[in-house]
Amino acid sequence: MQDAILAMLAKEPSHGYDLGLRLRRALGPMGGSMNAGQVYVTLARLEKAGLVVGERAEGLPAKPDRKVYALTQAGQERVAAWLTEVDWPKPDLVEFHLKLAAASASRLADPVELVGAQRRELMRRLHETQRAVLAEPEGSTGGLLLEGAALRLEADLRWLEACERVWIKESK
Amino acid sequence: MNVLQVRGLAKRHGREQTLVRAVDGVDLDVPAGQTLAVMGPSGCGKSTLLHLLGGLERPSDGQVWLDGQRLDNAGERALARLRRRAVGFVFQSFHLVEELSAAENVELPILLAGGSPRTARRRAQLLLEQVGLAHRARQLPWKLSGGERQRVAVARALANEPLVVLADEPTGNLDTAATNEVLRLFGQLRAQGQTLVMVTHDGRVAATADRLISMRDGMFVEDTWLAS
Repeated sequence: MQDAILAMLAKEPSHGYDLGLRLRRALGPMGGSMNAGQVYVTLARLEKAGLVVGERAEGLPAKPDRKVYALTQAGQERVAAWLTEVDWPKPDLVEFHLKLAAASASRLADPVELVGAQRRELMRRLHETQRAVLAEPEGSTGGLLLEGAALRLEADLRWLEACERVWIKESK
Repeated sequence: MNVLQVRGLAKRHGREQTLVRAVDGVDLDVPAGQTLAVMGPSGCGKSTLLHLLGGLERPSDGQVWLDGQRLDNAGERALARLRRRAVGFVFQSFHLVEELSAAENVELPILLAGGSPRTARRRAQLLLEQVGLAHRARQLPWKLSGGERQRVAVARALANEPLVVLADEPTGNLDTAATNEVLRLFGQLRAQGQTLVMVTHDGRVAATADRLISMRDGMFVEDTWLAS
């Protein structure tokens, strides 16, 4: 969630309250499980890490949701790096989904291109996995784990196809 | 050296309101020994592309060179000769002659290309050994499993030592185990330096190639090198 919040701040500084709303909207039905405090805790951590600065708006009470947060230079660099990295350590659907939403909202990157880069990366992994599967004799226990890895990559690739279809329409 | 070279290739069907651009201006170079997968949803034009590459259909526009020879404007007889000698086709539904044994199916293209019965017999035997089906040589196709049938079809495609094997959804009618049989066989061919172009909608099949082209609406949208 840290990276998604940073990316949402890339377009313009924002209140914690607005950020929470936008996150929930981006997550759709899955956003219901997010609790409001999480955003403020995350913002506090980001501020401590020097990635955002919070400024109290004048004339308002000193409550955390009255602070306007903006990216620092270090924060901007981190957003740029996050948007273009194609790591898929464990397929984190929520993070990738938020990345696409944030890229689109901030106009820092084209979501369709992010999907394409991710797909190329996963196809290369599937290439290696599939060749390893075929190097095993049919029906061996040794091949089972590889088979599982290939099936997961295949599922992720199908989801990326769905992402591409929707974001192509969104960006038209 | 490019086995296949394609420039501005297009195939259109119908006209005006019913105009379909099956293949819409693609360029392609396939070097000798490369295995290439063309992937895309059904209707994206990948089968038409394969037919154009193998001279089964004539393009509306553009040029195709097979081993330096123009295919798109070749005469019917020259084209038929090129198809027989330079190209091996593998189809989704095998297209074996049901009345002929596995060995006779493999012999057929050799005989049609003017080979002697003896040459044909020897070569068929060799090829069936290569695809692991020497012991099934006398069987009729219906006695064979799906994977075995497709391996016979691959042996037949190799009968005249083609410059390129073109495979259209080669695993489309096969279960996982049979798919892997055929993909292992393709792996052997790759190791021997056989140039292979396959079209498929199956990501796991496409991922076994060295290079992947994604096709949408008759055009190439991505060209990725997969092998490390």
